[in-house]
Amino acid sequence: MTWLMRNWDQVLLGLYEHIVISLSALVIAFVLAFAIGLWAARRETVYQAALAISGFLYTIPTLAFLALMIPIVGLGKANAIIVMVCFSLLILIRNIATGIRGAPAEVVDAARGMGMSGAQILWKVEVPLALPVIVAGMRIAAVTVISVSVVAAYIGAGGLGTLIFNGISNDHTPKIWAGALTACALAVIVDLSLAAVERRLQRRVREASTAHPGGMDGDRQ
Amino acid sequence: MSLLVEAWNFILQHPGRFGQALFTHITLSAAALLTAATIAIPVGIAVADRARGALLAINAANIGRTLPSLAVLALVMPILGTGFMPSWFALTLLAIPPILINTTIAIRDVDADIVDAARGMGMSAREIIRKIRFPLALPVIFAGIRTSAVQVVSGAVLAAYIGGGGLGDFITAGIAMMAVPQLLVGAIPATLLSLGTDFLFGRIQRRMTPAALRS
Repeated sequence: MTWLMRNWDQVLLGLYEHIVISLSALVIAFVLAFAIGLWAARRETVYQAALAISGFLYTIPTLAFLALMIPIVGLGKANAIIVMVCFSLLILIRNIATGIRGAPAEVVDAARGMGMSGAQILWKVEVPLALPVIVAGMRIAAVTVISVSVVAAYIGAGGLGTLIFNGISNDHTPKIWAGALTACALAVIVDLSLAAVERRLQRRVREASTAHPGGMDGDRQ
Repeated sequence: MSLLVEAWNFILQHPGRFGQALFTHITLSAAALLTAATIAIPVGIAVADRARGALLAINAANIGRTLPSLAVLALVMPILGTGFMPSWFALTLLAIPPILINTTIAIRDVDADIVDAARGMGMSAREIIRKIRFPLALPVIFAGIRTSAVQVVSGAVLAAYIGGGGLGDFITAGIAMMAVPQLLVGAIPATLLSLGTDFLFGRIQRRMTPAALRS
């Protein structure tokens, strides 16, 4: 505790680095997964292939994956971000594709009947209806990325893992506690907040479907 | 390509060390998975019928699931020290949540009509669990075991940091000395082990699912 009082700036810096690197990886992963997910939502073969490849990547042990990238991209943040993106693709692609597919056919038909273009249907009907499922995917991806980035400190990516590794090599227990507990707290807080967002979005989709029973009955299937 | 050859030569030059690491990795993973299943399945069955107990178990497991593996290993070290036993303990903690969640939900959600029919035939609650609900829940429970198995094999790589041995030793040493062949000696077999575990448990899971329910 006294160590924490004197070195809170180190913990704060670690936390800041941790959040920045995790967010960067999430944004990149989301953009990639959104493009692939849209494509996969329309074509079954693409869906199967995307899930097989991203499922394969997801199974590789974190530290082994980071190590395997060293001969290709070396140590540091780039390596870490590539691995973090690869780990979040499976869950993001799956949720984006199934979310968009989940829009009831009659709602899409109705939108087309109102004269909406394909792009309009996507952005005004399918994506809003898929949003709770997409956020559920983001939630798991965010937790995964936070977990990977703890390990990535070992290859020089910074973040809270640095405290843990320094603590282990110097046999300095307070550092280990500070790094590990802050990382756990970050993961739990992110998980719970995104769960709250997910619930709110679910409620909104449900309310919209009861308010306009003819329009968006995503609930009654 | 030459790196792969060098990695292969490293294994040939140190067959004892490699064999030992591989053996430790598999023993550690298997021990943690078995312990976790032995704890999580009975607890899951016990809480499944109690609304509050089930909710508590699922919520606790969900929080446990979000904790970073390395953070859990690191937190165990100051308390239990380094080596095989602390790694076993930490990996068991990591393996419990998926099995616990799946067992609780699968046992709870067995078709009420089937349970009613069994009760009507005069089966006791214990018999219903053993003969009806457990067999019906088994594919889902095993799916949880599969998730945990892959997680444990991955987590065991990190056990190298707290002296648990295993294939992670080659990776950490390889990174520390920037010796790429040595790092591959740990990373490639660890990846294959993880993929193999997923494949093997997937096959068993399929076999446990009644033919009519297979997708």
